[in-house]
Amino acid sequence: MSETLTIKRELEIPKPRGLSSSARDKLIHAFFFLNGMLSVIALIGIFGLLVYTAVPAFQEINLWRFLTGAEWNPTSYYEAQYGIVPMLVSTMMVTFGALLIAIPLGIGTAAYLSDVAGPRTREIIKPVIEILAGIPSVVVGFLGIVLVGPLIAKLFGTSNGLNAINGSILLGVMALPTIISISEDALNSVPKTYDQASLALGATRWQTVIRVKIPAAMSGIIAACMLGMGRAIGETMTVLMATGCAPAMPEGFLESVRTLTSSIAIELGEVAYNTTHYYALFALGLVLFVITFLINLTSDIVLHRYEKVNR
Amino acid sequence: MNKKRFSEIIGFAILRFCLGLVLLTLLIILWDIFTKGYSSVSWEFLSTMPRKGMTEGGIFPAIVGTFLVTVITALFSIPLGMGCAIYLNEYAHGGKLTRLIRMSIRNLSGVPSIVYGLFGVVLFVQLMHLDTSVLAAGLTLGLMTLPWTITASEEALKSVPQAYRDGSLALGATKWQAIRTNVLPYAIPGMLTGTILGLSRAAGETAPILFTGAAFFLPVLPKSLLDQFMALPYHLYIMSTQHHAIEQVRPLAYGTALVLIALIFLMNSVAIFARYKLRQVKLES
Repeated sequence: MSETLTIKRELEIPKPRGLSSSARDKLIHAFFFLNGMLSVIALIGIFGLLVYTAVPAFQEINLWRFLTGAEWNPTSYYEAQYGIVPMLVSTMMVTFGALLIAIPLGIGTAAYLSDVAGPRTREIIKPVIEILAGIPSVVVGFLGIVLVGPLIAKLFGTSNGLNAINGSILLGVMALPTIISISEDALNSVPKTYDQASLALGATRWQTVIRVKIPAAMSGIIAACMLGMGRAIGETMTVLMATGCAPAMPEGFLESVRTLTSSIAIELGEVAYNTTHYYALFALGLVLFVITFLINLTSDIVLHRYEKVNR
Repeated sequence: MNKKRFSEIIGFAILRFCLGLVLLTLLIILWDIFTKGYSSVSWEFLSTMPRKGMTEGGIFPAIVGTFLVTVITALFSIPLGMGCAIYLNEYAHGGKLTRLIRMSIRNLSGVPSIVYGLFGVVLFVQLMHLDTSVLAAGLTLGLMTLPWTITASEEALKSVPQAYRDGSLALGATKWQAIRTNVLPYAIPGMLTGTILGLSRAAGETAPILFTGAAFFLPVLPKSLLDQFMALPYHLYIMSTQHHAIEQVRPLAYGTALVLIALIFLMNSVAIFARYKLRQVKLES
């Protein structure tokens, strides 16, 4: 009895002056709620500001010609051309090349880590993959110039190695960590009973990986590849430095290409604020944002489809 | 039966080859930067201003600039990220709104860095009249790191046992008292280590600071937060593509790349070491 009394007395001491403690708690709750909403506000804010700054461009540019025009030359003496098709094609080429490299390598590595490697190897390799993810894009781009470029020039006999292949290789390397870690998660979340059933039926471990685990984890693996794709599309410094950035329509993988991201990076520094050209660059940013948003959203829905069920 | 065994050997060899190729790539990257950058890095390189149109001298202002901008990034991103994580882990109930918030966080981390740069130009440089400055660049990077900070902080909060909260609440503490006295003290070290990883990525970013404050060549240190600054990643970009004597300054570019990578590794290893220590403390208690 006396014990309960002492506890009670102690609890009464920290009573705050001014607001009652429940009102104060509600205020604090509201504060954290607003803080929590910040990410939603930020996402909408980014989209809103991009739209707000991109829209004035279309007072002078025909939207249809912007989306289908095959020439981008905003500083032309005769008539400024704002067609984004060459950049879309460039972005798609570089991304496609990157995925061609990163998807097989990434899934292979993920399968090795989840099903072949022992726990100790996994403990060592995982931070190493994190190191790869931590290498700044500008350093990767630099290596594209000094290392990959000359190699490509020698192999294909081109004058310099700053072209779509170079960009693809570098972006492939940069997309790898994303693809590996998310694919590995997907493979690890396949129920153990699948393995056991397959092995019990006489399948080898290899057959189990290829015919049971990878198909079972397929939706997660696809989402991983899409996230890697989103990363490749949005990557700026690497392609800016390693792809040559000629604004013409690219004709092949050995040609210099100029992606959406590198166009913004090149031209925003040279353009005066609040001109049509300036607004047009924000329109490019908006296109970029919408593309990556749709890709990320799709993979997000795939990855978190069961979130509600799991809780 | 033998055929099955054979295909397994081949299959695993392919997987091992994939991993080997990934590791080899990393090794080549590090090896090239280290061996060719090593000879350029000296105390003088680290502590003096660039001279003669950046063909000689050091990268001191770029180091200071990157440090300053990272501090601003941290000051902006850590409190807001922690607050958001506290809401998600302690207050939110998992309804539609919570799912919307989580989805936004994941989508924010996928927004291209150059788009953050565009956003920073309009909001911080133009609308808020910060001009191109340390502050504008730091805020832009802060916004970019926010999703990483939130995720890291939430992980730390999740690792605090539910019993700590329950015990405190059962003794009559209000929700906030429980969080403040019985959750945060245990979570904050973990939050900080996770955040350092995010900050190290911000320190290496170039695209968001291209137009929000990084300067081509500025042989003085920024005097206030509203001055422009030099930054290591931007300096590397300049030295390898925009300089008038690219071949001549190549060793300096390698040196800059090495310093940048070393800085990021240092931040990462501090975080990883701290995480390791924390885990040990937790196991002992």
